[in-house]
Amino acid sequence: MNITIDYFLILSAVMLGAGMYGFFTRRNTLAILISIELILNAADINFAAFNRLCQTGIEGYVFTLFSIAISAAETAIAIAVMINIYRMLKNNYVDELDTLKW
Amino acid sequence: MDYSQFLNMGQELSLLAVILILFVADLFMCTDRKSGKGVLNTPLPVILLTVHTLLGLAPLVCPCCVADATAFGGMYVSSAMAVVVKTILNVGTVIVFLTAHEWLKQPDMANKQGEYYTLTLFTLLGMYFMVSAGHFLMFFIGLELASVPMTALIAYSKKSQESAEAAAKYILTALFSSGLMLYGISLIYGTTGTLYFDQIAPQIHATNLVQLAALVLFIGGIGFKISLVPFHLWTADAYQGAPTTVTSYLSVISKGAAAFVLFVVLYKVFAPIIDQANLLFFWIIIFSITLANIFAVRQNNIKRFMAFSAISQAGYLVLGVMGATPQGLTAIVYYLLVYMAANLGVFLIISITEQRSGGKVNISDYDGFYRTNPKLSFLMTLCLFSLAGIPPFAGFFSKFFMFMAAFKAGFVVLVLIALVNTVISLYYYLLIVKAMYIIPSDEPIPTFKSDGYTKLGLALCTLGVVLIGIISWFYSYIDQFSFGL
Repeated sequence: MNITIDYFLILSAVMLGAGMYGFFTRRNTLAILISIELILNAADINFAAFNRLCQTGIEGYVFTLFSIAISAAETAIAIAVMINIYRMLKNNYVDELDTLKW
Repeated sequence: MDYSQFLNMGQELSLLAVILILFVADLFMCTDRKSGKGVLNTPLPVILLTVHTLLGLAPLVCPCCVADATAFGGMYVSSAMAVVVKTILNVGTVIVFLTAHEWLKQPDMANKQGEYYTLTLFTLLGMYFMVSAGHFLMFFIGLELASVPMTALIAYSKKSQESAEAAAKYILTALFSSGLMLYGISLIYGTTGTLYFDQIAPQIHATNLVQLAALVLFIGGIGFKISLVPFHLWTADAYQGAPTTVTSYLSVISKGAAAFVLFVVLYKVFAPIIDQANLLFFWIIIFSITLANIFAVRQNNIKRFMAFSAISQAGYLVLGVMGATPQGLTAIVYYLLVYMAANLGVFLIISITEQRSGGKVNISDYDGFYRTNPKLSFLMTLCLFSLAGIPPFAGFFSKFFMFMAAFKAGFVVLVLIALVNTVISLYYYLLIVKAMYIIPSDEPIPTFKSDGYTKLGLALCTLGVVLIGIISWFYSYIDQFSFGL
């Protein structure tokens, strides 16, 4: 069976949708972070799949590598912020982050 | 490989050198060491950054001999306009460092002040790469380098819950928007097969729905950085929770860089579908200016108030993007310069008042400020008038050129709505002036003397507010570069 580009694109679209849904519905900051990772990985899959389709150069693969490294850095700093919040509030639910509003 | 191409990115290299020097100096001169004398506190970073700014100005002395330089096969493109923008960002950062002096002098801050400078300069480096990007990879790396250390800066007051909360809100929304933008970039790659700005444009077509989706996702990502209305929800919280100097950095420097990049990408990449982009921006600008104005009226915390003021100013800033004309680009850069002077001036006064009065940041705390601190009240009034756009000050001219650019591009209705909103904005800026001059108070903030760094910063900002508008040289100087983009 030949795996066409459609399969990759459907997979990444589903991941994007799941990530966006999770971002808006989850209440735990770590779960929100996981949802964001889904979105970033959806884009990475797109890049790799499109590069496989184009067959010219390795631009997409290289972009994927950089994107993975950058999202790792982002996750690290996001988790650092959350640990800091956990120390103060003893939980990490976004509902509790209500000191600043309006 | 031709290593001489690194010389084309001279400004980035010299900024990197500044960062490395500060990083090493932090090891040996920090105040918690026995021999440390706190040398790092403001003089060293300010002097290094000033030298770096002057070095960067060198190619601008004779405008005729500036040629576009590229590095890494066109991923990095340095134009004369990019150098101008970087210089403006440099000057802004110097003023922010001057603001930070009093805050970093506190005993519990003194031993981690080196981190503040290094992190701030790393975000500046990210903005440099963003401004000079010629490829979406360079653009994305620059964007992330500008926003990841920014989170650490917002969360800088480790013991403050507000600071941590602001950082969490910032990083989560930043990650979400950059994820969506990455998806948009991947769609562009899929439909055109390249990521170089120059090569994409010929393959963009208005009938291609995937590319239109990519445009929307891209505007979402960059709109978050500039804090335009549908993507503005983080702004007020992050501005209020962050330390005041970081707020001033966030409100001017990172916003200005992003607005410039937005123009460049729309002009270079999305040129064939600029009409669709304009339709989007038409509504984004109207909502940004109007909603932010309405929300600003009801604020009491002055930092939060300045956040909504910044959202509305961002709406005016993006007005120059409409039509993507060379005149619009000049208007954006000029607006950025003027806005920087006025906004940093206000934040300097907010910051020094906060430090000297034990953390008072409410507008009602400023009641009777004129009786105790007449000079600061006067300077604050100048800066607020400039932000509102009252004629003798620079803010009037920057708004005028912005409206001219949009008007000539044919957006008459939009200019009219923006004009009406200028009047509304005048009302809420005057609320602060009223608090300082008219409303009496039993316990006004006591009289205090500012330190030398704050005075220097205030002098620079006041000069900017008064002179940039009257001396037409600034506008015509910027204007001569904008046609070569």
